[in-house]
Amino acid sequence: MAYPYTHPSEVRVLSKYFGDPEARTLKGWEQRGGYKAARKALGMDPAAVTQVMKDSGLRGRGGAGFPTGMKWGFMPKKEAGKPHFLVCNADESEPGTFKDRELMRWTPHALIEGCIVGCHAIHAEHCYIYVRGEFFEASQVMAIAIEEAYAAGYLGANAMGSGKPIDITLHIGAGAYICGEETGLLNSLEGRRGEPRIKPPYPAIAGAFRFPTAVNNVESLIAAAHIIENGAEWYKQWGTEKSTGTKLFCVSGHVKRPGNYEVPLGFNFKEFIYDVCGGTPSGRPIKAVIPGGSSVPILTGDELDIGMDYEAMAAAGTMLGCGSVIVMDDTVNIVKAVRRMVDFYAHESCGQCTPCREGTAWAAKILRRIENGRGEPDDLDTLLAISDNMSGKTICVLSDAAAAPIVSSIQKFRADYEALMPAGKPALAGASSVGAPIGVR
Amino acid sequence: MADPAPNPETVSVTVDGMTLSVPKGTRILDACAMAGVDIPHYCYHPGLTAPAQCRMCLVEVEKSPKLVAACTGTVAEGQVILTESDNALKAREGVLEFYLVNHPLDCPVCDQSGECKLQDYVSAEGPAMGRSKEPKRVLGRDDFGGDVLFYADRCVMCTRCVRFMREVAQDERLTVVQRGHRNVIDTFFDEGLDGNLWADNIVDICPVGALVSKDFLHKARAWDLDRSPSICPNCSQGCNVRLETRDNQVMRIKPRPNPEVNAHWMCDYGRLNYEWINRGARIEAPLVRDGGRFVPVSWSDALTRLAEALRSTAGESRAVVSPFAANEDLGLLRRVMDATGGGTGVFRCETGGEVVLPGFPTLALRRDRAANVAGAEVFGFTRVGDGDGFGGLEESAYFTGKLFVLGDELADAPVGFGAGASLFVYVGHFMSPAARNAHIILPATTFAEMEGTFTNVQRRVQRFWPAIQAPGMSRPAWQILGVLLAGISETSAVATAADAFSVLGQVAPREFGALSWADLGQTGSILGGAFAEAGD
Repeated sequence: MAYPYTHPSEVRVLSKYFGDPEARTLKGWEQRGGYKAARKALGMDPAAVTQVMKDSGLRGRGGAGFPTGMKWGFMPKKEAGKPHFLVCNADESEPGTFKDRELMRWTPHALIEGCIVGCHAIHAEHCYIYVRGEFFEASQVMAIAIEEAYAAGYLGANAMGSGKPIDITLHIGAGAYICGEETGLLNSLEGRRGEPRIKPPYPAIAGAFRFPTAVNNVESLIAAAHIIENGAEWYKQWGTEKSTGTKLFCVSGHVKRPGNYEVPLGFNFKEFIYDVCGGTPSGRPIKAVIPGGSSVPILTGDELDIGMDYEAMAAAGTMLGCGSVIVMDDTVNIVKAVRRMVDFYAHESCGQCTPCREGTAWAAKILRRIENGRGEPDDLDTLLAISDNMSGKTICVLSDAAAAPIVSSIQKFRADYEALMPAGKPALAGASSVGAPIGVR
Repeated sequence: MADPAPNPETVSVTVDGMTLSVPKGTRILDACAMAGVDIPHYCYHPGLTAPAQCRMCLVEVEKSPKLVAACTGTVAEGQVILTESDNALKAREGVLEFYLVNHPLDCPVCDQSGECKLQDYVSAEGPAMGRSKEPKRVLGRDDFGGDVLFYADRCVMCTRCVRFMREVAQDERLTVVQRGHRNVIDTFFDEGLDGNLWADNIVDICPVGALVSKDFLHKARAWDLDRSPSICPNCSQGCNVRLETRDNQVMRIKPRPNPEVNAHWMCDYGRLNYEWINRGARIEAPLVRDGGRFVPVSWSDALTRLAEALRSTAGESRAVVSPFAANEDLGLLRRVMDATGGGTGVFRCETGGEVVLPGFPTLALRRDRAANVAGAEVFGFTRVGDGDGFGGLEESAYFTGKLFVLGDELADAPVGFGAGASLFVYVGHFMSPAARNAHIILPATTFAEMEGTFTNVQRRVQRFWPAIQAPGMSRPAWQILGVLLAGISETSAVATAADAFSVLGQVAPREFGALSWADLGQTGSILGGAFAEAGD
C-alpha cells in the first residue's frame, strides 16, 4: 500500500488500512471485516467487555498510559436517570503527535466501533468525540462516517439492533492545547473556559455535565475494538509484560522517513530510529530525541538503546507519552528547540494556576534572551528554580510538561547553553544543583 | 492526645504539632485557622466557590505525594498537616516570586497599600529579591464603570471579582479574557459594572490594588485609617460595617461579616452614602430661648430648666422623631413622654425600590432608607409623610401641648412650626428654621459618634460603636433624655448605653424584655414578640 512508507518490522493492526481510501466508507470498512467488534461487544455483558480490557493490559494511548480496563472499572454502577458519558479525546495537540489524525482520516469507522464498545462497557448512551479544531479533514471524514453509521442503524435509538441507544456527537474544538487535558476538555465541551478541573472528583464520578464519564484517547478506543474482536490473549502476543500490544509512533524531525509507524511496545528505540525511520537524512549523528511528545524529558543520541515501552522509558528518565518521536541531529542548538517548546507552553497555558501562568512566560523570556546571546551567568540557576517551582504545584500537568524539557536540556545539553553565552559570561552557575552534565558534546 | 471515644462527626487532625478535633468535611484552611495558623490565600474567599488556582495555600500533608491546596482539601482522620515545612514554605515562596514577575510594585501610589495581601504575604514569606530581569507586562488602567477602577498590572488573577459577579451578584459583567500569561479581567464590550448595585464588593474582596474605588481613590492611606464597627444607617437592612475614619471624618464604609445579616457584602448605595455623616455646622451647645435669641447654657442649666418646665406643663406630648435615631434614644423619649402625661409620635422615612442580592437573598437594599424604622415602630411612633421623607407634619406643626423633635431636621416644616406649643424641645444635630420656635435646643450626637443599637428589617437588634468624636458639647440623645428622666421621676440617671438599653425592656417589655446588652455581641439578637415567634 502506498501510505507514505511502511516498514517490514511494523505490525500493522490499527494502521493496516492507512492509505486505503475505500476503508473510509461504511461499505469498504465492512468488506474489510468492519463492525464485527462492535456487534460482538453489544452481545456481551458490559462487565465482560471491561474484563477483556483489563485482561489485555491495554494502556491509555493519550500519554499517561493509564490502564483502559481499570478506567472503565472505576465507573459507578448505573443508576436510572443518571446518564453516563463516553468522551473520545481526539484533541491531539501534543507537539510532534499526528497518530489520531491519521486514524480518523483513514479509519473513521474503526473509531465509531471503538466508541460503541466503550459506550457499551460503561453503560453510556451518548459519546462525544472532541476533535481538535485544526483537524478539518479528519473531522469531515469523521462526520461523514458518523452519518453513514446512523443511516445504517449502527448508531441511534437501536444501535446495531441491540435495543440499546448509542449516539455519537462530533464536537470540534476551538484550538487550545489545554483542551486535550481531559477535564479541560470536559469544561470546553460544556461551553466553559477550557480550564482543567480540580481532581478529585475524577471524571468517572463527575465528568461531562457532572455525570459519570470515561475519557479515552482515539487510539485506545480503536485498540479496544480490536481486542474485543480478537481477544485479550491475541493482543498480548505483542509488547512486554506490562506494556502490551502495538502502538503508533509519530516520527518527525531529522529522519529519512518521517511518519506514522506501528510497532509492538518494547521495540528497540535505536533500531526504530536508524532502521525503520532510516536515520538522519544527512548521515549526521543524532544529537537528541524527544521520545513521547514535547512534554517529556529529552534523550541524547547515546541513550537510544532502550525498549519503546512505558517501563523502559521511565527507567531511562523519560516517558513514552503519546509516542511522538522528534529526532534532532547535531546541527540543532537545543536551546532554540527548548525555547520554541516553552513558548508553546506559555502560549497554551490556561493561566489559572500562578506557577504555570507566570512560570512558563518567565522561562520563555529567559530562554529567548539566552538564544539571542544576552544570557547571564545565573540564568540557568533561575531556570532550574522556576522549573522546580512549576513542577507538581498546579491543578494539571501542563506546567510540569513545560519544565521537563528545560531541566533535561540543561542537564544534558549544557554546552549548547554555554555556546550562546556572551564572551566573558560563562554559564558556570547551576552545576552544583544538577550534578555533572550528561552527554555534553 | 488519644480520644477514648471518638465522635463520629469530628476528626482529629494535627496542625504544626497541635492536635485538635474539627468537624468532618472542614477545609484544611479552616482547620488551620482553628489551630491559630493563617494560611496565605488569594483565590479562596469564604463567600465564593474555591477554584484552588492561586496555589498560594499549598501545605504539606503527611503521606500525600504532592502538596495540597488547603482551600479545597478537606480534613481526614489522623491527618498531619505541616504548614511551615520546608516544602510548603518553598512552594509558597515560589508562588510569591511568580506574582512579582509582572507586578508593578507601585505600592507608594497604590490605594491598597497597607491592606494588600501581596504586600503582607511577600513580607511574611516571600523572597527577599525577585530574580526576574525581564521587562514587565504593562496593561494600564481601565474604568470598569460604576465606582470601580481596574489596574490590570496589579492583578493576581485570583478571579474573586469574576466569581462574585457570577455567583453572588448573579449578573455576569466580568470575565477572564485571553489565556495564560495574557489573561486579564475585563468587562463585556462596552458594558461595564454601571447599574449593578453590588459591584463595589469586588473592590473589598480584591486581595490587591487591582480593583479600587473611585470614591476612595488617593483619599487616604490604609494605615492612617481608624476602623470602628458600626451598622450601615442607609436602609433598614442593617448591614454590619466598619466606619473607616481619618481626622474625624468618615473616609469610606466597608462591610463587616455577619452571616445572619449581610454575609460579607453590602450595597453601593449604603457604602457610598456617607458624606452626610461628615457634615459640619452642627449645634455644639445646649441653647435656651431668651426673648428673641438663643443663649448657650451648660448641660446642667439646660436640663434643670427643662425638667422644671416639664413638671409645670400639663397635657399630652407630641413627638416627631427620626428613623435614624437609636433604639435607646427613641425608647427614652417614649419613657419621658410616658412620665409627663403620655402622648403620640410620628416619624418620616424616605423610601425607594427594594434590590435583592440574588446570591444571598436575605440581603437587600431595603425600601425604607433609614436604619431604625422597626425600632421607631416598636416604641409606638407611626409613619407619616411621603416617600421622600417629607410632609405629614400638619398635626404636629400647630400642636398646642408639649412638642418634642428628635433628630428630624424639619427641612420642609411650615412657617410657624411649634409656635403654638406650650413647650417645644428640639433635640437634634443641625439648626433648622423650624427649630427657631423651640424653647430649648439640645445638641445630640449622630450614630457615628455614639454607642447604641438599631433594629433592622428582620427585627434584629444590633449594636454600633462610636467612630468619630462628637462636636462641642453634643451628647447621645439617650444620655440627655436619661438624665432628664432622672430629674422628673424616681429613676437613677442613665450613664451608659447599656443602662439605656436596660430601660427599653420597661418601655417595650414584649420586644425588649428578654434581650440583654451582653448577649447582643457582634451579631445581634432578634426582638421578642409575635413576629419572631412566627418567624421561628
